[in-house]
Amino acid sequence: MATTDHTAPVATGKRPRRWHIPLLLAPAAIVYTLVMIWPLVDSLRLSFFDEGAPGERIFVGLQNYRALFGSDLWWGQFWNALVNNFEFFAIHMLVQNPIGIALAAILSLPALRGKTVYRTIFFIPAVLSYVIVGFVWRLILSPTWGIAPDLLDRIGLGFLYQPWLGQTDTALITLSLISVWQFIGIPMMLIYAALLSIPDELIEAAECDGITGVAQFFKIKLPLLWPSIGIISILTFVGNFNAFDLVYVTQGPFAAPDGSTDLLGTFLFRTFFGSTSQLGDPYMGATIATAMFGIIVIGVLLYLFGIQRRLTYYQM
Amino acid sequence: MKHHRLPAISVMALLAAAGPALAQDVAELTIESWRNDDLLIWRNEILPAFNDAHPDINVTFAPTVSTQYNASLNAKLDSGTAGDIITCRPFDLSLSMFQRGQLADLTDLEGMENFSDLAKVAWSTDDGGSTFCVPMASVLHGFIYNKDAFAELGLETPTTIDEFWAVADAIKEDGSYIPMTIGVADEWGTASMGYQNIGPTYYKGEEGRLAVIEGTEALTDDAWVDPYRVLARWADYLGPGYSAQSYADSQNMFTLGRAAMFPGGSWETAPFEGQGAFFEMGAFPPPRLSADEPCYVTDHPDIALGMNAATEHPEAVKTFLNWVASDEFAQLYATNLPGFFPLADAEVTVDNPLAQDFLAMRSECETTIRPFYQILSRGDQSLEELNKVVSAAVIAGSETPEGAAERMQSALADWYEPQQN
Repeated sequence: MATTDHTAPVATGKRPRRWHIPLLLAPAAIVYTLVMIWPLVDSLRLSFFDEGAPGERIFVGLQNYRALFGSDLWWGQFWNALVNNFEFFAIHMLVQNPIGIALAAILSLPALRGKTVYRTIFFIPAVLSYVIVGFVWRLILSPTWGIAPDLLDRIGLGFLYQPWLGQTDTALITLSLISVWQFIGIPMMLIYAALLSIPDELIEAAECDGITGVAQFFKIKLPLLWPSIGIISILTFVGNFNAFDLVYVTQGPFAAPDGSTDLLGTFLFRTFFGSTSQLGDPYMGATIATAMFGIIVIGVLLYLFGIQRRLTYYQM
Repeated sequence: MKHHRLPAISVMALLAAAGPALAQDVAELTIESWRNDDLLIWRNEILPAFNDAHPDINVTFAPTVSTQYNASLNAKLDSGTAGDIITCRPFDLSLSMFQRGQLADLTDLEGMENFSDLAKVAWSTDDGGSTFCVPMASVLHGFIYNKDAFAELGLETPTTIDEFWAVADAIKEDGSYIPMTIGVADEWGTASMGYQNIGPTYYKGEEGRLAVIEGTEALTDDAWVDPYRVLARWADYLGPGYSAQSYADSQNMFTLGRAAMFPGGSWETAPFEGQGAFFEMGAFPPPRLSADEPCYVTDHPDIALGMNAATEHPEAVKTFLNWVASDEFAQLYATNLPGFFPLADAEVTVDNPLAQDFLAMRSECETTIRPFYQILSRGDQSLEELNKVVSAAVIAGSETPEGAAERMQSALADWYEPQQN
């Protein structure tokens, strides 16, 4: 990913056709088309239909999109979910990634003992299922059984406790931080690997020039890390705008309280599949899914053309 | 060793080939349901009783989590993998399945004559012409209370609103119990155990419900806003951190004896007794406006069984459904699931004291069904679901009673013609 050189060797007429290339590509291409590209195109197609009489599918053109972006009911929910999603993303970018980078920097210090133990501990939540993470945090923060009120009480900070997951103004931030706690290991591992690949000669040269400690991190290591940080940012962006599980597990299909934790993913799920007495609307669901796909594509393109090309890559 | 494996494999292959042939003798039926809580009762009590009479039909009870039931059921029906017998939610969810041809028409099933028209209303078309599910049970809403706690504090069960607040104040003042507990965090309880529990007293049950359907009353009228005002006032009595408390939390709070009252319904009877509460429980109906006004209670047809139109064993399913319509089933169900009261015309005896308390409300009070189930939840946004969200927001204090009513009315007027004026 971190190379700028995309020019392939130009095929000349003299060479025989290399059939092994399409042959070797075929399995992956076929599987990918079947399970990814075709469903994607098909849900795009579904968004142009609606249900006429029960069980009958009729073509309605852009009507679903007009409803999604024009009616109070749909636009209100979509906008709410979109704003929440940006907040969710911002908290990940501002909390998860800097802390992840800092942890990686500390772990890569040669003098530190017990590295593998710390590394494993930090990474464990990332391999836990959302259901477990959601359930455990619900219990920790629960006003009735949770250890959070009790712990705060013991250190004399009991007055700080609030039912964070149950208040409209704190629930989303709390959920974001739970998600940060869960996935902090991912940026940490990626950056850690990038730090290990920095040649020792560079570090030694920096030390000869008197650049050590924190200054060494910011002046020598960080410039070499930007490409990895870019990748982490785009992974975070895509992950966050597809997020659904944690909210659904902890706050239910209606993203309690009062829709304040609704993300695009939960909005999509609720619309597509329905919930209890809310009937599912697969056509509107497909419309929302297409809008989400558009948002993610725009975000990725902005990154590719706006940021990735301006990054400086160093040959090491 | 290797030599012995071959015969084993060939025997297995033979059995696999014989499988379909064997299956013709015993019809395998699957019941789709959202009643996870009842799994053991179906498996150990109800289905064995059926099997005694019909050894040639094997029925499996396969429940899904309640909140995901309709989503997963719709997906299964669309892909043709749903079970043969479908547990029916009341009114529109099942009606739409019938209209799509996913539920079979059961109007002519013999067992249907055991049910009155009123019992069948939740599973019939608007004109009453076709019925598509066999009614099983209804549930009653009310307040469950800790009898021991009331005796200890010298309190009587309240009959009027004023008495209710006095009782709640007395419990709060004493401090050894939280006056009442309700699950706010997962929202759904606040509608069925909050709004629909106390609401009928204010909008006068059926009278108000039908007036909204006809368009002569709006949800912003005082009769419909007052229940929200009461819910907002509940907040003072729910204990610390109630806004992040789930339904299961509140059930545990009550059965552990930490809360004195539990706004709920008869469906709690079996779970509460299953959790082994060490105190005596009773139930009282939602308090009246004043001593000379009647009390109103929601008596909601809640659960029925229908036939998947695509089933491969329609005759076996009909045999099973006729049995479900029988007196034998009604008694079996009432005994094993106290709090779910059979809708069949059968004479059943209810032994459980808590269930008896609930059953008494039926004759003591005016009854009605949940207000937003029939017709009113057909919009893009289900009014029933919106009521859950806004009721929770009102109790949690993030929405005013008037604001909640405004949101409900605009969601309804958005598509429902009788309310557009």
